[in-house]
Formats: sequence, C-alpha cells, structure tokens
Amino acid sequence: MNGPSRLSRSMLVLSGALLIIWLILPLVPMLIWSFAHGWRFPDLLPQQWSLQAWDYALSDRSGTLESLGVTILIAALATLLSILVGVPAGRALGLYKFRGKGLIELMILAPVIVPGIAVALGLHSVFIQLGLTNTLAGVVLVHLVPTLPYMTLVMAGIFANYDPAHESQARSLGANAVQTFWHVTLPAIMPGIIVGGLFAFLVSWSQYILTLLIGGGRVITLPLLLFSFASAGRNDITGAIGIIYILPGILILLFTARHLSGSNGAVGGFGRI
Amino acid sequence: MSDRMRIALLLAPAMTVIVVLFFGGLAVGVMRSFNWMPVIGLTEPNLDAYRAVLSDPDFLRSFGLTLYISITSTLISAVIAIAAALLLRQSFAGRGAINLLFQLNLTVPHIVGAIGVLYLFSQSGFFARMAFHIGLIARPAEFPALVFDPFAIGIILQYVWKEVPFIGVIVLAQMQALGTDYESVARSLGASRWQAFRHVLLPLILPGVLSASIIVFAFTFGAYEVPLLLGASHPQALPVLAYKTYTDVDLAARPEAMAMAVVIALLSALMIWAYLRATRARLRS
Repeated sequence: MNGPSRLSRSMLVLSGALLIIWLILPLVPMLIWSFAHGWRFPDLLPQQWSLQAWDYALSDRSGTLESLGVTILIAALATLLSILVGVPAGRALGLYKFRGKGLIELMILAPVIVPGIAVALGLHSVFIQLGLTNTLAGVVLVHLVPTLPYMTLVMAGIFANYDPAHESQARSLGANAVQTFWHVTLPAIMPGIIVGGLFAFLVSWSQYILTLLIGGGRVITLPLLLFSFASAGRNDITGAIGIIYILPGILILLFTARHLSGSNGAVGGFGRI
Repeated sequence: MSDRMRIALLLAPAMTVIVVLFFGGLAVGVMRSFNWMPVIGLTEPNLDAYRAVLSDPDFLRSFGLTLYISITSTLISAVIAIAAALLLRQSFAGRGAINLLFQLNLTVPHIVGAIGVLYLFSQSGFFARMAFHIGLIARPAEFPALVFDPFAIGIILQYVWKEVPFIGVIVLAQMQALGTDYESVARSLGASRWQAFRHVLLPLILPGVLSASIIVFAFTFGAYEVPLLLGASHPQALPVLAYKTYTDVDLAARPEAMAMAVVIALLSALMIWAYLRATRARLRS
C-alpha cells in the first residue's frame, strides 16, 4: 500500500486532534468552574480565581467527605461480594462444558443489558417488605445486579486460559485444598481478580438510579450529591465534587491501561459505567 | 465429588444472587404491572395498567422520544467510533498517549459527562460565550437551545461523547487482531481504498460493532440521569417518566410505572436476542 499523501496525512492528524479535543472538552469547564469565583456570561475565563469551592467541598458542611466514604464503602462491599461469588461461578463457566451452560451464560449476561430501572422498581417493592429500602445494605445488594455478572464474565475469561493440572500436581505432592488454592490457584487468577475487581468497583461507583431508588434519598453517594449541587446551579461546587468523583476512575484507567484492550472481557463493563 | 456436583456448587451462589435479585425484581415488576400480588390481596390480574399507559399520549410521546434518542445516539456513535478506530490503528508518534486519551472518558460516569455538556452547550455555556465574542449573538437567549430542547440534542451529544470510545476501543482491538493483510490483498487486486474498507474490512468488524452498539442502545434506552439533567421537561425520556410515576404520591399509579418498566425490559430482551445473534456471527467470522 502506498503511504498516504501529505495532504491526507495532515487531514488525519487534524481529525485525530479534533477527536481527542472533543473527548476531553466536557471536562474542562468543570475544572475551571471549580477554581472560579464568579464566572458570568460572556467571560471566556473567570474574572477571579479562588479556592472557595474546594474549601467548601472539602468541609463538613457540604457533605462531600461523608458521601465519599459512603460511596467507597458501598463500592468496596459490592466488589468484595462480587469477587467471592463471581470467582467460583467464573471457574465453572471457564473450565467446564456442561448441559445448560448456554442458558446459565444467558442468565448472567441479561443484567448487563437490561437497564437497572426495569429491575429496580419491582425490587423496591420487595425491599420495602424486607426493610432494606433506605439502607446501605439494600443499596449494596442492588449494586450486585450490575457488578456480579461483570465480575463473573471476566473470571470466566481468566479460567478459560487456566490449566487446573497444576492444582492436581500440588495435591499429589501433599498440599491440602486450602494450601493448593492459596499457593497455586490464587496467584494464577490474581491479575483477573484485580482488573475485574477494579472495574466492578467502578460499575458500582457510577450507579445512580439504583442508589436513588433503593437508598430512597437517605443513602447519598457522590453522584447523588453531585446532581443536587448541579441542579441547584452551584457550578463551582459541582465542579469540585465532579473532579473528586472522576479521579478514582482515571487513576484506575492509568493503572490498568496495559491490561486493557477491546478484546478483553473487562471492557464490556464500560457499557455500564 | 463428581463434576456435575462441583459445577452446581460453584455456580450456586452466583445464580442465587442473579435469580433472586435480577429475575426476582423483574418478576415482581411484571406481576405488579398486572395488578396481581396475592401476598397483598391482589388476586385478580388485569390489564388496567397497560390500558392506561398505552392510551396515555404522554407515555407514547416519551416512548417515541426515547426510541429516537437511542437510535440516533447509537448510530452516530458507531459511525464515529469506526472512523476513530481507523484513525487510531495507524502508526504515529505518541500513539500510546493518544490511545490513553481516547480511553479517558470510559471511566467517567455519565452524570459527569452530562454536567460537562451542560456547561459547554447551554445558552450561557462555553460555546454561547464564544458565539458572543465572534459577534454571532448579543444575548444568551439568542444562542440555539441545545440542552433542555425538544430534539434532545444535549442528551444525544452526551451519549455520543461517552459511547464513541466504548465502541471504538472494541472495534480497534478487532482491527488490530485482523491486521491489514486482507485489505492489502484487496488493494493489490485493484480495489480502491473505499472498496477495500466497504467490502473487506467492514464485514469483518461488523459483528463486533453490532454487539457493542446493542449494549449502547439498551443502555441509552434505560438511562435515567442523563435525560433528567439535559432533557426538556416535556416530553420526558421513558425512564424519567417511569421513576416519576413510581414515586408519585398517588400509589395507584405504581402499576403503571411497573408497566413502563416492563416495556423497557421487553425492549432490552429484544436487544439480548439481537446481541446473541451478533456474537454468534462474531464467533463464526
């Protein structure tokens, strides 16, 4: 193939630059707002800069730190439960062929595609009876609906490339079941648990309607707090909380960039973030 | 322990969670949409909620709007994503950094993107200010309404922003796995660049594009916070209407909310069927 001409080469660079600018642009006004002290139409930049919004966002009055704690706690618990339940299921799906496997995979895939609100309304009326509405435990449980399928599918991919023969070798050398799991299985599947777990965390981190409905406005995670400041028109505080809210995701992306490509099952989870 | 037993034990916890929380939630929604809930004394199922919802012009308008938003967002995202993947598969200096920037908003939650779109495209937003400085408008109100607008432009812009990298990353991986050999052969046999793309590369990547697009379509059809923040107050996107109806002070409206949730679930069931067909085609190719 001939190399592209100079003209088409510069067209390529130009459209690439436009693409990247468009992808980053929506985050820029948020960042500027968080340092703005009044930013009226038609000024392109704030007349005055200030750290007031950050001061307020990080103070007790705004409730940000409390929300941050609640959001981390819910996401960590949902992730932990997803790992405990999803790793065994992923092992069954990745290592074995059995009758009804297609149906099981379909049932696990369904929550990835069916929107949360379609499930959450029915679940809400059951959770009322069980006293789980307006509680943190209820929110953690409902977050399992999007996080667990995702963790299971990632682990199924890991186990599909896993050789269980190492386990029987360890057993024949005298290791017991716990030792075998700890020293043989776990190190082999650890990368999958870490990447899958980080993204299950992010899936929980980004939930809105499930938290709103089951938490009933009592369990206030960061996105709920962010929304209330955004709809109140407090752009500067919204900006500061928004930046705090997206930081973990960006850090996780930087940390896992090497492990990720579109052919990796982990990417599918982005559809729910 | 037999393999059957082992498989059943490994799967039991996960299937319990999914059957109880996911299918249980769906089932209760379906039952309540038929006004059928023996536990609380509703023993005669009926179609009242569906009759009320399907004859309500507000519901029909919401349904139409949501369908329009999902179709438009998915199509635009898929086309731009393919173009972006074609661009990013070239080798150039700084490719690693550009690829990382391309993936940056994958982890940014939708609500943050929606706020960003609001600050960019509202009538006092960044682009309105630019328009003022170039002399296109004299007042914010003269800037075209791109958010809270009847054509849901703001909502679509947000979805396109968020979903182009999602579809793009999947398509890019497919292109890189395929390599350029097939296209080179087509080119050496006299195909133009467009022909090589249209008749060789596109059919090969189409199943992947389809399965990613189906996830996007189902997501945008059921998403709540984006249309809540960027949408017009009337008509509202279906999930917004369903939530509003559910939390209405009039508890009698709840079965109607459930009926709307069932409509959303049915449409996503259709998407799952399409997804399976697409992934089967992908495995075959």
